[in-house]
Amino acid sequence: MLDVGRHPNIELMAYSEVEKVEGSAGCFKVRVRKKARYVDEAKCTGCGACTEKCPTDVLDLYNEKHSTRKAVYSWFAQGIPSTHVIDADHCRVLQGKKCGLCQRQCEAGAIDFEQKDRIVELDIGSIITASGYTVFDPSRIPEYRYRDLPNVVSAMEFERFLSASGPTHGHLERPSDISVRQEIAVLEKLEGRGSRALERLEEKHGEVSADVYKRFQKAESGDDPELQQWMAKYADYLLLKEKLEELKEKAALFANAKKLAFIQCVGSRDLRFYPFCSGFCCMHSIKEAVIAHEHDNDTTSVIFGMDIRAVGKGFDEYKVRGSNKSNISYRRSRVAEIVNGPGNNPVLVYEDTQAQVVRRETFDLVILATACAPADGIADLADILGIELNEFGFFKTSPENPVDTTREGIFVCGCAHSPMDIPESVAQASSAASRAVQTVTHEKLLTVS
Amino acid sequence: MKKKSTDKPDDLRVGVFICDCGSNIAGHLDCKSVTDYASGLPGVVYSKENLYTCSESGIVEIQEAIKKHKLNRVVVASCSPRTHQPLFSSSCEQAGMNPYLFEMVNIRDQCSWVHMGQHDIATAKAKDLVRMGVAKSATLEAQDPIESSLVRKILVIGGGIAGLSAAEALRAMGLEVILVEKEQRLGGLLNDLNVLDNGESAAERIARLSAKVSSTDGITVLTGSRVTNINGYIGNFNITVESDKETIEEMVGCIVVASGAVPLIEEGLLGYNGTSVITQMELERQLKEKTFRATRIVMIQCAGARNSKREYCSRICCVTAVKNAMLIKRAYPLADIHILYRDMQMYGDEKEKMLWDARGMGISFDVYDPEKILEVGDGKVTFHQTVLGTTKELPCDLTVLSTPLVARDDVSSIAGLMRVPTDKNGFFLEAHAKLRPLDFSADGIFICGSARYPSTSAEARTQGIGVASRVAAILFKDKLVKSAIVAEIDDETCVGCMGCLTVCPYEAIVFNNEKRVCEVKEILCKGCGNCASTCPSHSAILKGYKPEQLLAQIRAI
Repeated sequence: MLDVGRHPNIELMAYSEVEKVEGSAGCFKVRVRKKARYVDEAKCTGCGACTEKCPTDVLDLYNEKHSTRKAVYSWFAQGIPSTHVIDADHCRVLQGKKCGLCQRQCEAGAIDFEQKDRIVELDIGSIITASGYTVFDPSRIPEYRYRDLPNVVSAMEFERFLSASGPTHGHLERPSDISVRQEIAVLEKLEGRGSRALERLEEKHGEVSADVYKRFQKAESGDDPELQQWMAKYADYLLLKEKLEELKEKAALFANAKKLAFIQCVGSRDLRFYPFCSGFCCMHSIKEAVIAHEHDNDTTSVIFGMDIRAVGKGFDEYKVRGSNKSNISYRRSRVAEIVNGPGNNPVLVYEDTQAQVVRRETFDLVILATACAPADGIADLADILGIELNEFGFFKTSPENPVDTTREGIFVCGCAHSPMDIPESVAQASSAASRAVQTVTHEKLLTVS
Repeated sequence: MKKKSTDKPDDLRVGVFICDCGSNIAGHLDCKSVTDYASGLPGVVYSKENLYTCSESGIVEIQEAIKKHKLNRVVVASCSPRTHQPLFSSSCEQAGMNPYLFEMVNIRDQCSWVHMGQHDIATAKAKDLVRMGVAKSATLEAQDPIESSLVRKILVIGGGIAGLSAAEALRAMGLEVILVEKEQRLGGLLNDLNVLDNGESAAERIARLSAKVSSTDGITVLTGSRVTNINGYIGNFNITVESDKETIEEMVGCIVVASGAVPLIEEGLLGYNGTSVITQMELERQLKEKTFRATRIVMIQCAGARNSKREYCSRICCVTAVKNAMLIKRAYPLADIHILYRDMQMYGDEKEKMLWDARGMGISFDVYDPEKILEVGDGKVTFHQTVLGTTKELPCDLTVLSTPLVARDDVSSIAGLMRVPTDKNGFFLEAHAKLRPLDFSADGIFICGSARYPSTSAEARTQGIGVASRVAAILFKDKLVKSAIVAEIDDETCVGCMGCLTVCPYEAIVFNNEKRVCEVKEILCKGCGNCASTCPSHSAILKGYKPEQLLAQIRAI
C-alpha cells in the first residue's frame, strides 16, 4: 500500500467515486467525484492530534463495531493516504452544533468545515476495476442467530479479535464477556461520580452517609429536602454498588474462548443466497484456527464444512498441519442451527452422518465463514463503466480473455471478477495491468506511426 | 545529493526514530524511555517516538527532521529490515541524505516478540540494540547505486498456454520475444485435451493462439529446441538454445519460465493398466478421438495425490472429472457414473455451478476414505463411504483415475540453469506465496502456469498475461539501478585462494588469471557476505557491513 502511495507514477484518489465514463479505449473521459473530507489533503500530515481532541465517539467499522473511533479519523493507523477525514454524520460542527476542537488543535490548519465535493475530469487510456466484494451479512440466515447470540461472530469480526491492534489486542475475549466488562466500566465511572458527590455532602455535614442513612430509615422523618436528596443519592449508590459487585463476581469467572467452531459456506453454496463457492473461506478459517492456537495452545477448533477446499499451492499441506499441530478437526457436516446454551455458550445442532444421530455440541465461540458476495453497488458501477455482469453478479469475462470485460479497454481483477484468494488476485492484477498497458502502448504506437 | 561522505565523527548528526508499531512494540516495552535513552547517545542530535514510523506521517517526520536538524545519519528502531529498510532508506534519500547512511534496528522481532510479557528486559534490550545501531551508523559510508543497461528482449521457456499467453502479451507491449519449446509443436497439454469446461474445443483454442504467436513479427518461435545455457544477470542474460539443426546464442533482458507440468501415470497405482483402468488424461483422449466405450464408469479423485508421497492437491482434477462426467452423461444418458472424492474442489463461481448441474444430471458423488479401503478389482471398485460409514462396492467397466499434474523430469536442469529454487514436489518456488506469485526471488526471472502449481487453462493464461507486466516493469525503464550493498575485494591483499569463489551462491566472483586475484561482478552480487566471512586475508569485504562497522556495533554492547 505504501509502495503504491509513494510511487511517482501513481496518483491516489482515495475517498472518490467514478461517476461517468465516456469515450473509448485509449481515450476515455472519466468524471470522478472527490468527496468532501473536510480535511485539506495538501495540509494534513496525518499526525492525529485532531482525533485525540475530538469528543465524539462513533462505532468503528474497521473493528467491526467492537470499538469506537472519533468523528475525525483515519480508517486505520497505517492507512494510505494518512489524510484524516471527518464523518459528517457524526461531527458536531457538521451537525450544526458547537465544537471545532479539532480545528483549534490542528497545527497545519487542515480542518476545513466548508469543504465541498469536487468533480475532477480525467483523460484516461485504460480502466481497471478492482472494486472487490462485500462480506455477506450472516443475519440473513435465521438458523445461525447471528446478532441474537452474542458469541456467534463473523470471520471478519474474528479476524479483528485475533489482531494485536484489534479491540481485544489479540486476546480471544468473548463478545458477551466484553459487553459485561464494558458495563462494569460504565458503572465504575458512575460509582466514582456518586461516591465523590456523597463525599462532598459528608464533608459539608460532618457525618458519614451510612450513619445518617440508618437514622433516616428509622425516623422516616423527611422534612429536610436536602437530607432527602442526600439519602436518595445514597440509596441509588448502594444499588449501583450491589449491581457492580454482582457483575464483577460474574466477570471474575470469565475465561477467554478456547473451544471454537467454524461454520463454512455461510451464504455460499446455498441456493437461498449465493450458489457459488467463495473460494477462500476454507483457508481463512484454517488460518484463523491456527493463529488462535498459536495465541493460546489450549485452543481447539472444529471446522464444519461440506468439503474443505484447500485448493492452492501448499494449502492442503497447511490443512493437514492444522489438524496435526493446531488442534483443528474437520467435520463433514452442515450445521442445522445454533441455539443458546448456559453461560451464553452457543450450542451447535448438527447431524453426525456416520452414527446417524443429531448431535448438540457446546462451544465458547462460533465463527461464521461468510460468503464473498458481489460488491454492493456493482450493478451501478457496471452501468457507469458500460460493462456487463455475469449470472453470479460479478463482472463478466471469458476464459479466453480472463481479465477483459465486455467493453474494450476496461479490465477487471480480484473478487470483482469472481471469488478468489490473495495469490490469485495478485496474479490477476498483474494480468489486468498487462492488458491495460497493452491498450495504452497500442494507442501510443498508433499515434507515433 | 549522492556525494561521498567526508564526515568526520565530530560532524556526526544522528537522528533516532523509535516506532511503537501501535501496540505491537509499545505494548511490550517502554518506547518512551528508549527514545529518551537514545537522545543521550554519542552523536545523536534528535530522537523521536512514532506511533507508526512507516506511516506516511512518520516518513514525513523523518524527512523534516533530516532537513531541520541537518541529520547525516538516521536510525529507525522498529520492525524487520527485510520488509521496511527499502522504504526508510529511500525516504531518507528523498530528503537529501545518502540512503546508505541509514541504519535499522529490529526491536519488534528481537524485543517485543521474543520477550513478550517481560517488559523491563525487553526495554533494556531495545536500548542495547539502539545503542549498537547508533554506534554502527557513525561508521557508515555513503555509496553510489550500481547501474546497468537493459536488453529489451525476453526468453520464454515453454510454448503451452501460459508461455504463449506471455509471449503474446509481451509482444503487444512492444517487447521482443524468443519462445523456446522442446516439443515439435506449440500448445502443450491443451493439444491432448478434448474440450474446455465451456464446451469449446481445446485444440482449436490453442491452435488459434499458437498460430497468432507464430505469425507475429518480433516473436521468434523455436520449437524442438532446448535452452542449454544461461549466464549473466537481469537485463543482460546470455542464453544458448540448441536444437537438432542449430545452436543459437542470444542476449535477453528477462526470462519467463512456463515449462508446465505433466499428468501422472503410475503403473500399478490403483490397478492402472491403461485399458480398464485409465487416467483422466487418457479419458480425454478417448473422448477426443471418439474411442470411448463404457457404460458403468467410476472416477477416483486424488489418485496418487494428497498422500504421504505427494501431499499437494492438484487443483484441476475435480473440475476435469466433472467436466468429462457431464460430457459422457450428455452423450449417453443411461451411462452410470460415480465420482469418488475426498473434497470436491469446485472453487469459485462457474465450477461450483458445474457441480450442481452434474448432480442434477444424475451423476453420483461418493466420499471415500483413503485410510480405509480403496480397491480397484475385476469389474468393481470397493471403497469406504465416509458419510455413511459403510463399505460399498460399485460394479464398473471403466475406472478413471484422476491423477495429479506432476513436475517434469527436467525441472531440476531448467532450475539449475537459472539457479532458481523448486519446492519439494518439484514445482518452481516463487518469491512470495501470497504477494509475489509470478516472481522468482532471483531478479529478472519470472514464473507462470503449471510449472509453478497446477492451474486451469484460464488461470495459466491469466498468469501468462500477468507475467508480461512484471517483465515490463523492468524493461520499460532506461536502465537498471541496484543496491550498492555488494562485496569488494582488495586486489592488493588478495592471494587468489579462490575460497570466496567457491562459497558465492550467485557466481558473482571470478578469478582474474592475469592479476591472480578474485574479482566481484557487482551486478550479480546480492550482498550475502559469504565471501567476506570466508576470506582468510580479509581482502573481501561487504559494503555497509565492513569489519570496522560490525566491530563498532559489537563494542557498543
